Amino acid sequence: MASVTAPAPAPEIKEQRYLDHGQPLWRRVLLTREMAIIGLLIAVIIVASAVVPRFGTTVTLGFLLLDVTPILLIALPMTLVIITGEIDLSVASMVGLSSVIFGVLHQAGLSIPTAALAALVVGAMGGTINGLLVTAVGLPSLAVTIGTLALYRGLAVGILGTTAITDFPRYWTQLAKAKIGDTGVPIVMILVAILAVIFAVVLHFTTFGRGIYAIGLSTEAATFSGVRVKRTKLILFVAIGIIAALAGVYYTLRFGSSRGDNATGMELQVIAAVLLGGVSIFGGRGALHGVIGGVLLIGVLASALRLANVTSDVINIITGVLLVLSVVSSSLLAWVQSKRAKPGAAQGGRVSTK
Amino acid sequence: MKFGNKLRTVAVTAAVGLAFTAAGCGGGGGGEAAPGAEASASPEDANLAITFLPKNLGNPYFDTSDKGGETAIKEFGGTYQEVGPAEATPDAQVSYINTLTQQQVGAIVISANDKQAVCDALTEGRDAGVKVITFDSDTNPDCRDLYVNQATAEGIAKVQIDMIAEQIGDSGEIAILSASANATNQNAWIELMKKELANHPNIKLVDTVYGNDKDQESFDKTAGLLQSHPNLKGIISPTTVGIAAAARYLSTSDAKGKVALTGLGTPNQMREYVNDGTVKEFALWNPADLGYLAAYAAKSVITGEIKGNEGDKFTAGKLGEYTVGADKSVVLGDPFKFNKENIDQFDF
Repeated sequence: MASVTAPAPAPEIKEQRYLDHGQPLWRRVLLTREMAIIGLLIAVIIVASAVVPRFGTTVTLGFLLLDVTPILLIALPMTLVIITGEIDLSVASMVGLSSVIFGVLHQAGLSIPTAALAALVVGAMGGTINGLLVTAVGLPSLAVTIGTLALYRGLAVGILGTTAITDFPRYWTQLAKAKIGDTGVPIVMILVAILAVIFAVVLHFTTFGRGIYAIGLSTEAATFSGVRVKRTKLILFVAIGIIAALAGVYYTLRFGSSRGDNATGMELQVIAAVLLGGVSIFGGRGALHGVIGGVLLIGVLASALRLANVTSDVINIITGVLLVLSVVSSSLLAWVQSKRAKPGAAQGGRVSTK
Repeated sequence: MKFGNKLRTVAVTAAVGLAFTAAGCGGGGGGEAAPGAEASASPEDANLAITFLPKNLGNPYFDTSDKGGETAIKEFGGTYQEVGPAEATPDAQVSYINTLTQQQVGAIVISANDKQAVCDALTEGRDAGVKVITFDSDTNPDCRDLYVNQATAEGIAKVQIDMIAEQIGDSGEIAILSASANATNQNAWIELMKKELANHPNIKLVDTVYGNDKDQESFDKTAGLLQSHPNLKGIISPTTVGIAAAARYLSTSDAKGKVALTGLGTPNQMREYVNDGTVKEFALWNPADLGYLAAYAAKSVITGEIKGNEGDKFTAGKLGEYTVGADKSVVLGDPFKFNKENIDQFDF
């Protein structure tokens, strides 16, 4: 299918680029899907601070950031993976596996840093397995990672059973929750910020990052332009494995509990936030600031609604509706634009580029 | 193209407006609920805003227990609320504990998804003046003010021996169908049951088999028991999976009505077999009473009537007086027996 449509969109993109740059800078920066999400985030924060009692406090900020940290961490590499047109559904299982490995090794007498490092190595291995199955064997990542979702979770629960390891040193469990002074911002956010900057630079300011977009738009075109498609994908799967394992270590320390069923279902929270942040599930489009906005938007909404005594089902409904609306609105917008831009284009075979 | 951009602006504005409305709605609901919680926190009156935090919502067991709690809270004029995650995970409970701490509720009545994982959050809550009562599933003892225990191991062991003795006429061979060979609870109960059997010299325990809490395995083990012990008169299954599987086997076999079956089960699983006569009576605790007691315990801790020390006494409405035992815990009482007469009053 791609080979049929590939020649057609090429001039189209060029044309759009030209026009886009014909706009003033502020319009190009502000009138994007990412900015719409960030605007929405700010709007929700303002409304919630005004309406929901006790929302606008540093305590809320601290709890909220602690809650979203694992999702935020995994959303960074997930953005890159989804932009290449792939997906990784095994991340939450990797969080559980890493949590168990970390706990078991610590119980066996290893120090916290050593056990954490071992968990990261397991994460890298898990990511490599996913990556090789996708790149070397050529299987679709959706199928591969559904398989490893079950596999890694099975290993995690198999190693530890239904028990939990809870005897972590107080120093480390406190550190996982410690705040920077009186700001309410957890110290772990420094780590998140550093990683966010690294991923943003890689994605938006390097040739490797441009390759990621190119792969998502058209794998064939990217290959012929000299992008090393398989290597890029493999690197991204390893990266997401490591970050998921890191999130697992954090999760374990934050709750002081290493369990096989830790973070069950988190993969969907991560993917929902990434898509809400404006990343196209078909690949090729998206930006990290939108994703961070998306993660925070879901976190803020959940936190505000919980404080307002809204039940968890309703919170899920609202997040779900928001996600559907955001996806629908962008498709609708693209469709309307294509109609407006070229009223007589229907017979030309130049289908919307999206 | 210019036109398209205007459209985009319109769409974005519309989306923002929509979310505003959504957030506004949620906020409005909260605005009504929160003052209610604060009203009862007036200085001369204790803060009787009591929130139940079950392992997860939509679980019939907790629906029953929390309804019991609601009944009790209405009786003493407190504010009842139930919140909880959709999935029974400790991290989701932590978010709710944090929220309740911020809302300064009087007490959290929680069934913990993990002994340790919810501990820090509960401790933070207690530092902020929120009382913590655990029920059904306890946390580490230093994370809560009081634990409302459904039944003691001794009570559970005794009621099962009493039931089987009554059903087989206090004499004959019996066997036990347990969960796994290393299940902590079941093994403790079995040990205590053996002790209890000393008071019943004519009953002989001939075998203990393990169905590993799997339906099919328990079913097969029941069949095996009946074959290897032709004189068997009764089976005790101290696990809800085991008793249901055994009942299913017995109900379709010749042994129906000849071999007695009892143990620990839930009314919904056992209703069919009680009604068709396979099972006369089995036991568990009554979750509604458990929630009811937990609510009164929360009230007594909030008002300072009890501190959670051993020997403290408080009255729990229709259930009567309770005394705090070791490790800051209160026991609901003897397990509740379910039979043909009462089983239809329960839905869990």
